[in-house]
Amino acid sequence: MPMTMNERPLSPHLQIYKVELPMLLSGLHRITGIALSVGSILLVAWIASAVYSAQAFAALSHFLGSFIGQLMLFGWTFSLIYHSVSGVRHLIWDTGRLLEVKQIYASSKIVVAITIVLTVLAWIVGGGFPGGAL
Amino acid sequence: MNHRYRTPLSVARGLGSSKDGLGHWWKQRLTAVALVPLVLWFVVSVIAVAGQDRAHVLSWLHSPLHAVVFSLFLIVSLYHANLGLSKIYEDYVQVRWLQLSSRIATDFAAVFLGFAGVFALLRQAFGG
Repeated sequence: MPMTMNERPLSPHLQIYKVELPMLLSGLHRITGIALSVGSILLVAWIASAVYSAQAFAALSHFLGSFIGQLMLFGWTFSLIYHSVSGVRHLIWDTGRLLEVKQIYASSKIVVAITIVLTVLAWIVGGGFPGGAL
Repeated sequence: MNHRYRTPLSVARGLGSSKDGLGHWWKQRLTAVALVPLVLWFVVSVIAVAGQDRAHVLSWLHSPLHAVVFSLFLIVSLYHANLGLSKIYEDYVQVRWLQLSSRIATDFAAVFLGFAGVFALLRQAFGG
């Protein structure tokens, strides 16, 4: 009765684990990656409208200046910065460093701190909060 | 007691379950490393022009350096995004035909966005 499939080791389901910062950040890396993939459409639309059409550029700028547009831009900035900072941590892990459990918890907090500082900084320098330069 | 999780055919082929896993892993890391300086450039310079009017953006894009680095950023990030999305489809889309069509649609979208973006950048750089 026991088939070969049943003898294979199974990983516990996600819900078994206690929620911890490193696992949240792992999920966030993927989510921000998806957001950036979708955001690349916006980026190409921005370039193309600037090059081809004053009307389209004005319409896109108007949309980006609206509350929803600003919210999207903020999410996009955050995603880009978080995914990059977290990505650098992944590259460090790939060299076999910082893989101890304590180091992973500590570096998680560092990734969050750097992301918050850089996102706020980028947003202030970009001058883009509600009804901002766009 | 000898547990074999791989089929005789996969042993004969010498491939694991992921087929091109190492190649995928390597390309993803290589594009990630390339994106570190590209993203730094992007954040610093594009945020500075993002809120400007069209004439300002166009004159900024007219610089060959900006056009080249922006093109590189677009191509490398779209390639990296495509690699990442294909992994996500493999992990979460169980239905084979849906997984394959998602990957194909993403391939097409990435190539289209890359060509459209780079073409617009070149047109502006060459003074179109």
